[in-house]
Amino acid sequence: MVKTIEEINQKIREENVVVVTAAEMKEIVEELGAEKAAKEVDVVTTGTFGAMCSSGAFFNFGHSDPPIKMQRVWMNDVEAYTGIAAVDAYLGAAQLSETVEEYGGSHVIEELVKGREVELKATAYGTDCYPRKEIVTEISLEDVNQAVMLNPRNAYQRYNAATNSSDRILRTYMGTLLPNFGNVTFAGTGEISPLNNDPEYRTIGVGTRIFLCGAKGYVIGEGTQHAPPYGTLMVKGNLKEMKPEYMRAAYFPGYGATLFVGIGIPIPILDAEMARFTAVRNSEIETKIIDFGVARRDRPVVRKVTYEELISGKVEINGEEVRVSPLSSFYMAEKIMKELKRQIEGGEFLLTAPVDRIPTKEVLKPMRQREIKVVKSVMVETYTISPDTPIEEAARIMIDKGINHLPVVENDVLVGIITSWDIAKAVARTKKGVVREIMTRRVIYTHPDEPVEVAARKMEKNNISALPVVDSKKRVLGIVTSEDLSKLIAR
Amino acid sequence: MKLLLRFDSRTVTEPVLSKTTLKTGALINILRASVGARRGEILIEVDDEKAKEVENILKEEGVEVIELLEAVQKDDEKCVHCGACVSICPTEAISFNGEKRVIVNAEKCVHCGACVKVCPTKALSLPL
Repeated sequence: MVKTIEEINQKIREENVVVVTAAEMKEIVEELGAEKAAKEVDVVTTGTFGAMCSSGAFFNFGHSDPPIKMQRVWMNDVEAYTGIAAVDAYLGAAQLSETVEEYGGSHVIEELVKGREVELKATAYGTDCYPRKEIVTEISLEDVNQAVMLNPRNAYQRYNAATNSSDRILRTYMGTLLPNFGNVTFAGTGEISPLNNDPEYRTIGVGTRIFLCGAKGYVIGEGTQHAPPYGTLMVKGNLKEMKPEYMRAAYFPGYGATLFVGIGIPIPILDAEMARFTAVRNSEIETKIIDFGVARRDRPVVRKVTYEELISGKVEINGEEVRVSPLSSFYMAEKIMKELKRQIEGGEFLLTAPVDRIPTKEVLKPMRQREIKVVKSVMVETYTISPDTPIEEAARIMIDKGINHLPVVENDVLVGIITSWDIAKAVARTKKGVVREIMTRRVIYTHPDEPVEVAARKMEKNNISALPVVDSKKRVLGIVTSEDLSKLIAR
Repeated sequence: MKLLLRFDSRTVTEPVLSKTTLKTGALINILRASVGARRGEILIEVDDEKAKEVENILKEEGVEVIELLEAVQKDDEKCVHCGACVSICPTEAISFNGEKRVIVNAEKCVHCGACVKVCPTKALSLPL
């Protein structure tokens, strides 16, 4: 039995189409089987509502008098990209305000969709055809010619979940991660998420009409970083038709601005295969929990996990139960599926066949880099001392060698560090004794293969100026100082 | 009843809670405490029937007492029910209800503010 999209659209026009949500479809296929379910059901609605940084909007502001060829442009002090024609610009959701904290492009987009005015400011170099050099004005969505949401990467099919093995709290794009595997966060809506219900991308492709933040939008191709089964979509829609309730500006503390985007995609049940696809369960959708405690591109995989386990709210890591936060809203995703279902049943929303397929195979490549500079290349030899060294002698070594840091070693293992400042403090308090009494015991250190940027951030975060370099057995190999690093990084 | 106690530089050095227990016989459960050299803040829980008595004694001792009738407040206009706060709450006071909406259990909330700091839409705030 095979249905065409045109046949389904005819039913939509006649308002006798059978539409169910993805959540409902699982039960239907389980009860009736794929063949029968495909006969009964015409369309399955899917939904997701998550923080999608790779979002933004194109604007055409109209021409000022005298006209200006914008060279730089800001909306509420959030800079937009205008390296295109005179009054066209792209405002990215993740771009931050230059004046207001915790405010970014997503907030500007939200204000506009709510019907508010924002300040438009631009500067230019002035030409014979565009003499004006600056402008400041207020605009709303009614004032601009076009306002088109265009998101290069949305609706991730599945996404790596996050945890944190380190001993400090991490503020990330995956939310706040508590130390020592204190929690897990994940994104995506699993079995109700659009691409998981069409894993071969048979019906979701270039030109597919979708629900985008309350408006009708379109898939315009695979998204950036599309790498099945971690598929993504590039989408567009008219910002002027969007509804504030289906999007939300967000700010992840310590990370930055992003936009919660609401997307619903109707899946036509053309045959039994599509019914089978839309019956997918969270237990069949697997992803990985990765460790953000390691500040590298290729973060270690802590374990594999299914969306069923993630959604249950608790997962096991190293024999312990860890609590889980979704970052996508299942409440909103459900609301979107139901709203899209209502629109299709009411004859307001017709389906489209894709005019082109998106790739089912694609790999995610890392950046081609000239080199990755590691600590090994900048570390220098260091003196080490025993914890029983008298403070005076430590002071003498520092003066003789012209150094400010001395790692303290006992039985070949790093046990502390003292700085010239520690010695100055000891002297000021006329404290005599041995290094053990004044050393810092909780030493922040690095490894020879750690990238210099990671080492630099450790120093910055902890407000320190040097890191001992140790091997896997915590034996001291050398030291790196912030001066050495800053020379290298600034270069 | 939850009571938020604020201690100044004098009261912070006194064994005020023990005195209160001895005088009232009330069992005082400390939910959260941050005590410094010059001031301190302690959140306690006592039986409702003993609450007034405990409150009066503490006030006599010079402690500022605030009755906490509400949990952390969630603005449902702003909340999108993403659940970023759910795994952050140390007392598991935040969870999803049957509709997958984020809800706060006032009984369990200890006003630590951890969730306030992680909310991406600034939907959470402490009532004080």
